[in-house]
Amino acid sequence: MDIDSGATAWVLTSSALVLFMTPGLAFFYGGMVRSKNVLGMLMQNVFSMGVVSVLWVAVGFSLAFGDGGSLIGDLSLAGLGDLGREGFTLPGYVDDLALTIPPVAFAIFQMMFAVITPALITGAVADRMRFAAYAVFIAAWSLLVYAPVAHWVFSPTGWLFALGALDFAGGAVVHINAGAAALVLCLVLGRRKGWPATPMPPHNLPFTVLGTGILWFGWFGFNAGSALGANGLAAQAFLNTNTAAAAGMLGWLVVERVRTGHATTLGAASGAVAGLVAITPCAGFVGGTSAIAIGAVASGLCFLAISLKTKLGYDDSLDVVGVHLVGGLVGSLLLGVFADTSVNSAAADGLLFGGGATLLGKQVVASVVTFAYSAVVTLVLAKLIDLTIGLRVSGEDEDRGLDVSQHAEVAYNM
Amino acid sequence: MQKIVTAVVKPFKLDDVKAALQQAGVTGMTVTEVQGFGRQGGHTEVYRGAEYQVDFQPKVRIEVVCAADRVDQVIDAISQGARTGKIGDGKVWVTEAERVVRIRTGEMGDDAI
Repeated sequence: MDIDSGATAWVLTSSALVLFMTPGLAFFYGGMVRSKNVLGMLMQNVFSMGVVSVLWVAVGFSLAFGDGGSLIGDLSLAGLGDLGREGFTLPGYVDDLALTIPPVAFAIFQMMFAVITPALITGAVADRMRFAAYAVFIAAWSLLVYAPVAHWVFSPTGWLFALGALDFAGGAVVHINAGAAALVLCLVLGRRKGWPATPMPPHNLPFTVLGTGILWFGWFGFNAGSALGANGLAAQAFLNTNTAAAAGMLGWLVVERVRTGHATTLGAASGAVAGLVAITPCAGFVGGTSAIAIGAVASGLCFLAISLKTKLGYDDSLDVVGVHLVGGLVGSLLLGVFADTSVNSAAADGLLFGGGATLLGKQVVASVVTFAYSAVVTLVLAKLIDLTIGLRVSGEDEDRGLDVSQHAEVAYNM
Repeated sequence: MQKIVTAVVKPFKLDDVKAALQQAGVTGMTVTEVQGFGRQGGHTEVYRGAEYQVDFQPKVRIEVVCAADRVDQVIDAISQGARTGKIGDGKVWVTEAERVVRIRTGEMGDDAI
């Protein structure tokens, strides 16, 4: 198929929007930690832009989208040198799935997803992970977890794609995947010193609200860019993204107001992000008012899920499990309810649109498999790193804060 | 003899206190942001549904060095400026300044004020 200049322009623009989400995430999380750990948090996120970008060009893209079969790609596209060749076609992207953008543009767009996904995990392990351990962890996780899961779900040659499980922009690949890793990693690391007896309130909520704005803005590239075209589907995904973020914010604030008596800025920010997470798998498959229901239901459930962590006693410090794992699961499963082929004929109908429970079943499979694979490999990686270089900073370094102990810097000087 | 009048007041009353002190002829003061608690106690903050009891309230500490015979006027001005009538308005206390020296000129005592 011919290259479409409009589609190419939109996907390249979307790639830049998605890249911008990672510093946005850094500020979203950075505002929530204590002031002695803010640089540590910003650094963990920004570092992902460095290490994952290089790995993606070297081998990551090839492992995710190369022609290795249904479980993982291969190394044939390593270095991305072949992608610009005249007449090159990515494995599986033929017939109805033929791309109207250059394969290089597709690789760039996918790179930005690979960058932000491991960065999502950092919120769960805030304030206590050694930087060296983190660096090794996300490099390994990116290749051993992200690349294969992206292959299964996103690549037309992957087995979950072939099964018919739907994931428009990464409910499973990004959010369930990172959320499962976050849960395991925070369990292996253990709680922050003093948690939950000592209050550890956010040191700069304005950062968090700023980060939310950047995330919301970038998410238009994430979801509407995933249409891989400049067309009606992209517009539908764009609309759904904004609607779910808005409904997510309102849903959270209502639940919060009823339960605690206040509508908080952190609640508005968290609810918007929960709505964005939940609409991610659905963005190009649902229409009408479905996005309102998905955003509101997801954010209400995320709020309730967060209260579980103190009851169960795991220190998911900034609620990656509560927002991304739960939001990703809710979105992926609700897609089995709200998917509508009149919006996207390449999809299937959900429970409410005459498709029965078939799609919902496939969504359950994709969600469970992604969760299980990510959790198991994360556990092995975390244990290996803990035994070799050590996962956690010393108690003294934790007291001093990551900024000075890991990076020899201080965020705020008089 | 010189005295130090120290007051801890509500931060939003600082401007009123400053105006009252200037009105009373005070020409200088030192202001610090501090935290603490008295009868008012702390307050509650809520983050993602979790409530935290925060014991320390933000307050402003004001220090005025003045001649001993001006102390009553300074205390009155601060009290007047800082009073809301609600719990947490703060306190004023007076201590002795053993020596006061103006650094630029070396003037001492009341001349240094």
